[in-house]
Amino acid sequence: MYPIILLSVFGVLTLFLGFSKSKNILLPSTLLFLALALGSNFIDWGKGPFLYFDDMLRVDNLTLAFNGIVLLSAFMIVAISGGFQDNADSEPAEYYGLMLFSLVGAIMMIGFDHLIMLFIGVEILSVAMYVLTGSNKRNLRSNEAALKYLLMGAFATGFMLFGMTLLYGATGSFNLVDIQGFASNMPAASQSYIFYAGLLLLLIGMLFKVSAAPFHFWTPDVYEGAPTIFTTFMSTVVKTAGFAALFRLLNHTFAIYGFWWIVIAAIAVLTLLVGNIGATSQNSFKRMLAYSGISHAGYLLIALTALSKPTQNAIIFYSLAYSLSTISAFGVLMLVSKEKSIEGQPNERYEAFNGLAKQNPLLAFVLAVSMLSLAGIPLTAGFWGKFFIFTSAAERGIIWITVIAVLMSTIGIYYYFRVIISSYFKEGDTVRIRVAPFYQIILVLATFLTILFGLAPGIFEKLI
Amino acid sequence: MLTLLLILLPIAAGVITLLAGERMAKQLALVGGLASLGVAIFTWLQFDPAAGSQFGFKYAWVASGGISFAAGIDGISLLLVLLTTFLTPLIILSAFKNEYKNPAAFYSLILFMEAALIGVFTATDAFLFYLFFEAALIPVYFLAAIWGGENRIKVTFKFFIYTIFGSLFMFVALVYLYYQTPGTHTSEIAAFYQLQLSSTAQGYVFWAFFIAFAIKMPLFPFHTWQPDTYTESPTAATMLLSGIMLKMGVYGLIRLLLPIVPLGMEQWGFLAMILSVIGIIYGSIIAIQQSDMKTLIAYSSFAHVGLMAAGVFSSSLNGLQGALIQMLAHGINVIGLFFIVDIIYSRTKTRYLDQLGGITQSTPHLSVYFMILLLGSVALPLTNGFVGEFLLLSSVFQYKGWLGAVAGLTIILGSVYMLRLFQKSMFGPKSKWVEGFQDLTASERAVLLPLVIMVFWIGIYPSTFLKITEPAVNQLLQLVNN
Repeated sequence: MYPIILLSVFGVLTLFLGFSKSKNILLPSTLLFLALALGSNFIDWGKGPFLYFDDMLRVDNLTLAFNGIVLLSAFMIVAISGGFQDNADSEPAEYYGLMLFSLVGAIMMIGFDHLIMLFIGVEILSVAMYVLTGSNKRNLRSNEAALKYLLMGAFATGFMLFGMTLLYGATGSFNLVDIQGFASNMPAASQSYIFYAGLLLLLIGMLFKVSAAPFHFWTPDVYEGAPTIFTTFMSTVVKTAGFAALFRLLNHTFAIYGFWWIVIAAIAVLTLLVGNIGATSQNSFKRMLAYSGISHAGYLLIALTALSKPTQNAIIFYSLAYSLSTISAFGVLMLVSKEKSIEGQPNERYEAFNGLAKQNPLLAFVLAVSMLSLAGIPLTAGFWGKFFIFTSAAERGIIWITVIAVLMSTIGIYYYFRVIISSYFKEGDTVRIRVAPFYQIILVLATFLTILFGLAPGIFEKLI
Repeated sequence: MLTLLLILLPIAAGVITLLAGERMAKQLALVGGLASLGVAIFTWLQFDPAAGSQFGFKYAWVASGGISFAAGIDGISLLLVLLTTFLTPLIILSAFKNEYKNPAAFYSLILFMEAALIGVFTATDAFLFYLFFEAALIPVYFLAAIWGGENRIKVTFKFFIYTIFGSLFMFVALVYLYYQTPGTHTSEIAAFYQLQLSSTAQGYVFWAFFIAFAIKMPLFPFHTWQPDTYTESPTAATMLLSGIMLKMGVYGLIRLLLPIVPLGMEQWGFLAMILSVIGIIYGSIIAIQQSDMKTLIAYSSFAHVGLMAAGVFSSSLNGLQGALIQMLAHGINVIGLFFIVDIIYSRTKTRYLDQLGGITQSTPHLSVYFMILLLGSVALPLTNGFVGEFLLLSSVFQYKGWLGAVAGLTIILGSVYMLRLFQKSMFGPKSKWVEGFQDLTASERAVLLPLVIMVFWIGIYPSTFLKITEPAVNQLLQLVNN
């Protein structure tokens, strides 16, 4: 609850700070705000569950853990945003303000106990993201991405609203507890069809937000067109919040598991196929990361398919591992693509990474660790993420889906290793890439945490 | 606690080597390797073969899941730990004569590799085993891909994806087995031995394990990554791959596949046996036709490992003991042979048999060492190869007479390709490539001498080593036969 209040106030405050002449204050102030929000998030730790706003918002350890991941990711992303100083057109105050506001939306999605709260959360998050996607005003790709994202997003929101309406029609309530009660004593057919249809439509809307196939078509273009810093934000914060909300929704309709599990399973498999196979044929590292984001949505969906005892921890751990690696991957990409830019446009192709190990060994190492983690190689957090996902599927007895996931992981190694090969084994030019100390600290922190959780996942277990 | 020391010591030495920088890298790495050997020998002296798993440790890792960081040493582990710690300093020493760019990284990767290998051989928790099994791949991948030959990037990438692909199946099998354990689940390997799985389930698990280990060793038809990788890698990496890493596969068969899925063995063991025997013959025939010395030895290694696997699949005392002693012998011989190839290559800049010849004329020492290692590999009595090969062949004979007869061809084919290797490179008229060929230097002799001593030690008195493993193997067979 505290972060919602703080972030709303800070968001407005940031917009006012934008009036001041010196833009230099924005970055440190936003970081401070985020740090405060992150700290305040854990005040309620272990005390919950609390319900707020007429039982519309829930605060318990689960939501706090997801909030923690989202806020930590946002902190790291803001820290490597560099204040948007390089572009004369940029409006840092607005960007930071929107990021803070969108976090409020994310936290509402994570803690919703009422479908209206879910809707508000999704919209707050999405509208902010539409604007940020198009924030590179003079770039056609960025404009295209924003338009695409807005149109498709609006469409998905329509589905979601329609679904909620039907659910309301069937159950007479927006409250998750009531919906759960309805699902556990499902009445005669005429009413239950409406319920099933509503749930499916709502799921479609949510699956769109986490870019699951076949609702993923916007992802590669939007991820590629948006300024990299916001792509990072989208692929970590939005995805984590989306999965937290999906987990909540499915958890409360567990009584009709037999109905939706095969739907989610089919979507999980399709998402894995689309993400992994799509990623292999990309020449742009950034676009590959977009497809990789789709494939990771597929792994998370496997955990949801199973929805067994380990699922909760699996999703939390996986989101954290994925966010850390994604932030460091995009962080390195931002530096390298700017350094190797061609005619003022950042060079995001694999070739831009050639010889990185010589140009800056630290960056190459950070990138390698993040790729190993995304590929799920042992000794990294990503491995344990996959491990917990697979165990949750095994607990439910769905082994075939893990076999598919394993095959897809092998494909994953192929495209994740391309950039390791470029940076370590190929020759590039000899410019040294400079990194600001603060930027470096964030990258090292992400890498350190990735390895730490890879060596000792038990540390994390004690936290939850 | 000795086990923990054995795993951590190479890691510590690796980190120190990496930090100390270029000038001291070689020496520090060698000291680290020797220190590990010292600890391993000390472990051996303390070891009681009859007492089962010893010197163990166990820390909670994912406590709620019953997954622990646990390792210990029984006879089978000890033998392989001794092999690893004995060969690693020699591999480090053998690299001394080459100038590598960025030597600190090079030598520390070898030491990290050693740690991961010791981890594989001692882990008593299935997921820890898996972790080390995969982790061992990363240092050797970087070794091969940074310091390797021309096609290194493509070849090593294939190797990496191929082996990961296999081990992921093992991973699924381990997760499955983990969920079959009673109560709150545990991933101790010993608990997996107690599972009563249906025979269909055992069949699936059998294949998951088989694919993982067959790719690692490699067995026919999963071997296509091997010759290229061995040829393109720098010699140190080739030695690690062939001398030690290949044993991870055989060890996995012994430690996991045999005792966990005996019913799976009953159903599919014969097919696995046939594949192994095909590998023996196929590898030998291809080896005969090779002209690149490194590729030739790679194929010979492929043939030898087929015989080891056949011995394991016979699930008899002779077969397992033979496989274990042959792992030791093969590690020693193949590293020696690769080193000699490297010596010849570094002086003549060629590895092709038709460009070589007449080296014996100026190199009495090299010729003698080469001959002894070669005869060990051919399995001449009183050399190390003989003991293992004899036990292995006898076990295959007991399993099925005609299969034994086919597998026995390895003795003939083996001597054909090995003697051809020696004859074409060492004898005959002196080719222009070998003009001014120098005999062995002191440091090269320092590598080869211990190897040759071991060739004779194992050949003449194998009981030293057979004694270590026999109780453990008997125990394992009891599990299989129940």
